[in-house]
Amino acid sequence: MRTVNISNSDHFKNAVYPSPFHSRQEQHNQLKEWSRWSDYLSVPAYWCESMEYFSGRNGCGVFDITPMVKHLVTGPDALAYLNRLMTRDVRKIKPGRVGYTVWCNDNGQVIDDGTIFHLREGVYRICSQEHQIDWFLTNAVGFDVNITEDTHDVAGLALQGPTSCAVLKEMGLQGVENLTPFGLTYFDFEGFELMVSRTGYTGDLGYELWIDPDHAELLWDRLFESGNTRGIRAMGSNALEMLRIEAGFILAGADFLPAMEAVRPTHTRSPFELGLGWLVSFEKGVFNGRKALLEEKENGSRYHLVKLDIDDNKPAKDSFVFTKKGKYAGTVTSAMWSPSAKASIALASLDAPHGKPGEEFEVEIYYQRELKWNRVMAPCRVVKDVFWNPPRRRQTPPADF
Amino acid sequence: MTKRSDCIIIGGGHNGLVCAAYLAKAGKKVTLVEAADQVGGVAATREFAPGYRASVAHLLYLLDEDIGKELALESHGLKMAKTSLKTIALAENGNHLSISSDAVDSANLSSEDKAAYREYRRFMSKFAGIFSGLHNKIPPRITRERSDMIALGKIALNVRMLGRDDMRELLRIGAINIYDVLKENFDDPLLRGALSLDAVLGTNSGPRSNNTVFTALHRMSGNNGGAAGDVSIPLGGMGAVTEALAAAARQAGTDIRTVSPVSRILIDGDNIKGVQLANGEQIAASVVVSNADPKTTMMRLLGARHLEAGFTRKFSNIRASGSTAKMHLALDGLPGFRGVSPEQLGERLVIAPNVEYVERAFNHSKYGEFSSHPVAEITIPSIHDNSLAPDGKHVLSAIVQYAPRNLGNGWSEGKQEFADTIMNTLAEYAPDIRDKVVASELLTPEDIETEFRMAGGHWHHGELSLDQFLMLRPVPKSAQYGTPVEGLYLCGAGCHPGGGVMGSAGRNAASVVLAK
Repeated sequence: MRTVNISNSDHFKNAVYPSPFHSRQEQHNQLKEWSRWSDYLSVPAYWCESMEYFSGRNGCGVFDITPMVKHLVTGPDALAYLNRLMTRDVRKIKPGRVGYTVWCNDNGQVIDDGTIFHLREGVYRICSQEHQIDWFLTNAVGFDVNITEDTHDVAGLALQGPTSCAVLKEMGLQGVENLTPFGLTYFDFEGFELMVSRTGYTGDLGYELWIDPDHAELLWDRLFESGNTRGIRAMGSNALEMLRIEAGFILAGADFLPAMEAVRPTHTRSPFELGLGWLVSFEKGVFNGRKALLEEKENGSRYHLVKLDIDDNKPAKDSFVFTKKGKYAGTVTSAMWSPSAKASIALASLDAPHGKPGEEFEVEIYYQRELKWNRVMAPCRVVKDVFWNPPRRRQTPPADF
Repeated sequence: MTKRSDCIIIGGGHNGLVCAAYLAKAGKKVTLVEAADQVGGVAATREFAPGYRASVAHLLYLLDEDIGKELALESHGLKMAKTSLKTIALAENGNHLSISSDAVDSANLSSEDKAAYREYRRFMSKFAGIFSGLHNKIPPRITRERSDMIALGKIALNVRMLGRDDMRELLRIGAINIYDVLKENFDDPLLRGALSLDAVLGTNSGPRSNNTVFTALHRMSGNNGGAAGDVSIPLGGMGAVTEALAAAARQAGTDIRTVSPVSRILIDGDNIKGVQLANGEQIAASVVVSNADPKTTMMRLLGARHLEAGFTRKFSNIRASGSTAKMHLALDGLPGFRGVSPEQLGERLVIAPNVEYVERAFNHSKYGEFSSHPVAEITIPSIHDNSLAPDGKHVLSAIVQYAPRNLGNGWSEGKQEFADTIMNTLAEYAPDIRDKVVASELLTPEDIETEFRMAGGHWHHGELSLDQFLMLRPVPKSAQYGTPVEGLYLCGAGCHPGGGVMGSAGRNAASVVLAK
């Protein structure tokens, strides 16, 4: 159900809206807890975050991604505009494809990360964590391009986990198994258009489904009917947080400070400092941050975001990272006990030149046992590969579960 | 590519010509392309009615003395028709004031005001000297680099060298408004009004707007040999200055091409390739110096897509909305300004009867209206120079404020009405003026924008104010005449040290190009 009418002059009186899936989320939400994600109510956990997490690894989990900020970019200069805005060479994202990217300010500092959906020839959607309309419009000066925020015009569900493809086939999406990772396609869904992209934030086999908010509940109902025997479960944001750390995906506001929110210039991060140098294309011509990033490439970065494998079983949340000699080396930005990797894992921002794979550190972990605080210095090392990266993530067509 | 040069200069305004001359003198192969059929821009002398000629910029305040010598402008024909013009502050009742650089002459003025004027001139000239010293310097950046630190230190030292009391006074008044300062110093309304006009002429501000003391100081900061703020009329109009500059540039080897509007600046990756003219012809060069205003250069000729977005935002936000109009009258005889003697008629006449009048005139422009009672700076240059009008005839040239660039109803509707308003105002001081007019021309900021290709129709290519001065002019990181595009430079009034026919921006830009 469409829940936001942005053209209503009173819309500002309500800061947070129920999602188009709200009526269905409410039925599943045993804990009756709601959190806020951007403009919408979101569910931290429906009944048990661990079980919801396992649905994402062993069955399939359904997560409402409607609150993600969405912009539509069209017009003759759409590609030129995006290529100047993004660090990535957007020419390489063909129609029907999706690309992960970051965008920077002139100082080469990351404003946000997100995905570019090349919906149809010359028509793009950008999904991001943060509201971007001001920056996107600032970038439009001198380009023949239309930019509209359509966050409220598209309802989205992530369906993530090994049985996700089978569920969609069961629902009648013929040929969805042929969709390759980062591909998108359209289906007729009971007379309405349903867009399906093979994308996600869990590092596993999974899809994202995009539909007009008026048909959101119908989509939810059909999904759950189809997934009845395949372990489908509504998934909250706590479970998603676990899944994304295992997959090594970064989160704005946690693993980096969006540059537009920074007061202190040294607290922001460049793409190189986030390990995203592969998203920077110097060959495509001018883009925001190009000069600064070229300089950084020449002179070196200030920080390195790394993955840590920690020899302990307590999550190293908010921990300091020290060298073996006890010198400060950085801080943990995201951490968890990974049920799938059976390891204590973390993302950490280390001061350069630290951060080479194999380099050993200690993390200072504070933890409670029945209200008693304890502290442990746990050895850890920088690892190169993400903690969860199963072959089924890339397999096309996916195996039937 | 049909031709190849070392440097291309876009635009033959005075700064473009100065820059071309210095580059050519240093041995560069320079091509200067100008859109109009003559060089000079607003500082050209142009015929506005058959037989009558005038220049849009009509008085010479600030032309740099070094440039005059280094380019030997006198040997290229530059002569002054009249120097050290007095200011006649017109009064409707004829009791005008005659203001020169060291005294005010009037039977009606108190001795206190006369003494206060001498003191005002003393400290204002001294403060203006700080700015004069900056004209021919590349603005330092705010960095920890040695050269920047030294340059910034020198400015601070010059301020300190004013002495304790004067330094304190500069720091007190340097960024405030001229209204308060005039009110502190003078009692006479007419004197206050006339002096306030010096602070707001050519700007988009009224006497009560902030940093109008700064704009007054900028106007006084010329170092053309005379007293601070000395005003001259060149023989042949302002066009004589730009013609002399063009002659100097040509002599040094510059190829000056008129009627050659540039349609775009060509780049290849990070490097400048040249320019393309409106007729499609391309001229190749590895250095392009633009005398066009910064917005036009970066946003239109180069294109925003070749710049990073934060930078284009800064350029789009340059305040460059003109509020000054220009009136030219062809007269078949000298008008009679009430109380003004024939000798005084050739001086600089101003209509600014009191400072509140000036502020009220400005109020209109804030709301997209023209002033119902405009202020004006008037000259009749033909008194000193018979080349400007047929024998026995005269030319009246008036800068008139305020005329906002974006008039509420648009200038196509408002122009005639504003012309009538100006004539009514002039007639209050010169009752017979209407009978003398044989032809007239009014240039609104919109006309100035169109005819002289200045974004916003602003004479200074960008409002002159502390937030758009020195290392902030036109925008931070592009205030040393270079731009983010290798080989593309700016040399116009939109750069330090700003507007007024000065030439320093062109000279400084040339030195930056040559230092590469």
